[in-house]
Amino acid sequence: MILTEDSVNKIKEKAKQYPRMKSAILPALTIAYQQVGHVDPVIYEEISSIIRIPALEIAEAATFYTMFHKKPRGKYLIQVCHNISCSLMGADSLISYLENKLGIIKGETTDDDIFTLVTVECLGSCATAPMMQINEIFYENLTPEKVDQILEELKNKD
Amino acid sequence: MFYSPVITNAAEAAKSDRLHLFKYVEDPDQDKLDTFVKHGGYAAWRKVLDGMKPDEVIAEVKTSGPRGRGGAGFPTGMKWGFIPKDSPKPRYLCCNADESEPGTCKDRVLMERDPHGVIEGMAIASYAIGCHLMFIYIRGEFFFCAQQIEAAMKEAYAKGYLGKNIFGSGYDLEMIVHTGGGAYICGEETALLNSIEGHRGMSRIRPPFPAIEGLYACPTIVNNVESLASVPHIINRGGEWYKTLGTEKSCGSKIFSLSGHVKRPGNYEVELGFSLKKLIYDEAYGGGILGDKKLKGVIPGGSSTPFLLPDMIDVNLDYESLVEKGSMLGSGAVIVFHEDTCIVWVIKKLIHFYRHESCGKCTPCREGTGWLEKIINRIEAGQGKPGDLEKIDDICNNIMGRTICPLGDAAVMPIQSSLKLFRDEWQYHIEHGKCMVKSDFSFG
Ligand SMILES: Cc1cc2nc3c(=O)[nH]c(=O)nc-3n(C[C@H](O)[C@H](O)[C@H](O)COP(=O)(O)O)c2cc1C
Ligand code: SF4
Ligand code: FES
Repeated sequence: MILTEDSVNKIKEKAKQYPRMKSAILPALTIAYQQVGHVDPVIYEEISSIIRIPALEIAEAATFYTMFHKKPRGKYLIQVCHNISCSLMGADSLISYLENKLGIIKGETTDDDIFTLVTVECLGSCATAPMMQINEIFYENLTPEKVDQILEELKNKD
Repeated sequence: MFYSPVITNAAEAAKSDRLHLFKYVEDPDQDKLDTFVKHGGYAAWRKVLDGMKPDEVIAEVKTSGPRGRGGAGFPTGMKWGFIPKDSPKPRYLCCNADESEPGTCKDRVLMERDPHGVIEGMAIASYAIGCHLMFIYIRGEFFFCAQQIEAAMKEAYAKGYLGKNIFGSGYDLEMIVHTGGGAYICGEETALLNSIEGHRGMSRIRPPFPAIEGLYACPTIVNNVESLASVPHIINRGGEWYKTLGTEKSCGSKIFSLSGHVKRPGNYEVELGFSLKKLIYDEAYGGGILGDKKLKGVIPGGSSTPFLLPDMIDVNLDYESLVEKGSMLGSGAVIVFHEDTCIVWVIKKLIHFYRHESCGKCTPCREGTGWLEKIINRIEAGQGKPGDLEKIDDICNNIMGRTICPLGDAAVMPIQSSLKLFRDEWQYHIEHGKCMVKSDFSFG
């Protein structure tokens, strides 16, 4: 099993709440994604064995939702909002800044597998633009100095 | 610690006896149940359980007639009234916390900073429709909101505000926090229900409407976070009081998310009917245009609503006045852009979004948004051709009103509006192969 005992228990716990088991698909994917960093057919099978819904139905749902990356990615997933309010506040230049700094273009992962850079749609931080989400955390009102500092801190964590 | 650093007018709300949603959103302890109760929280929930009949709750909300704050603006009390009285099936309430309409960032603040206020509104609405299991659908990226709501929910259970036989009333109410997977369409109410059921988040054909056959084919009400957060205040102070807020037809207060080229972007709670010009220019709110540049246009109700030109912003922010100006109040997300913004570039950003978020169920939206994006990208890249604008017009007309859910219309409205209001700029772009003004915005 790729899913840890903790994840399995969390999935079981959550699944119990719903009147119908199929509703547990999305929460199960969320829990799996939080642990693994991506989801794929192996994970669908594992979830299937926990909540007893065919893996195909889990795949069917999973492939609809863009938040669950389907392939392994860097330890830190940098998601920059490139929608309108952020763009008006310089999201395009923020993306170029990150590309230069990390030496990758959007969609790519750094060679050391630490950072993956992607663009996403509006994340509900339009009045604190521009912004990026790294794993679970939102970073808002970004300036070049702040970006430098955030990346530095994350790198030093390793 | 991960609170959104967004600016609010909480200080103004705290002093006001009319504004209510934002009164305590700058109090770091407002998310704790004790503090919430000290500030008058859960009083409405107790009042309802202490002896109001479900019909009386609905009547109170109907009296004031607030309209939904999620975008469509349907009267809340009326919607609750559609739940069949005689159905033997369970009923469900789903709080729509998918907040993904570009420009909109208000529900997030309520969930992060005043989560019990949202739960209290959900509980009262559940009681009104006879629901014993309520859901809140929070967009997956709002990890911190989900944490806040979940923590508040646990506290509410622990102290008897949720669960079995609440305060000896005999009423049971359970709650589930359901998080999404990153899809704008799941904010559309029928797609949201499919998503909770474990399906792909695609919209359903209506009828049946959710009030008749919603979640698990049972009567269901879907309401926005802000709509529900307003409910306890209506119960506490009465529908007649709530009616005195705002204008005659658009009652109540509303949070406007102000973003883009203003000096003080933020979330501001104001009474409906508030001046848009004041919201943008007044020191207490937007504080004017960034760099004191000239205003070029405003999107008043989220990215799906038609533009307003500078000479149209002398308008009151209520449902009727904005329709008169050819736009809509939508979700109350006011996006401002100044003279250095290329309109083709704005539309390119928006159509990319709608094409990406189309659920693909119906052809006009699935194919049409793709075609539009291709043509618009080509124009933006300087490869526009004569006849392109007519083609865009034609595709738009074939999407508008011909789709299963309103996402198709939402994609088209800003485009059509830009072609009408900024046609010369589109033409310039095609003729000269470049922007009339270049959008080149640095950050920080
Ligand atoms: C594409 C699309 C996206 C939507 N997104 C949201 C959303 O994020 N939040 C929301 O409350 N309503 C959203 N709505 C509106 C909902 O369908 C529904 O009208 C609303 O949740 C009802 O609540 P209300 O009456 O309290 O406004 C969306 C509608 C469409 C068509
Ligand atoms: S209009 Fe678009 S989003 Fe709505 S059902 Fe049709 S394809 Fe899906
Ligand atoms: S537009 Fe970027 S967070 Fe909304």
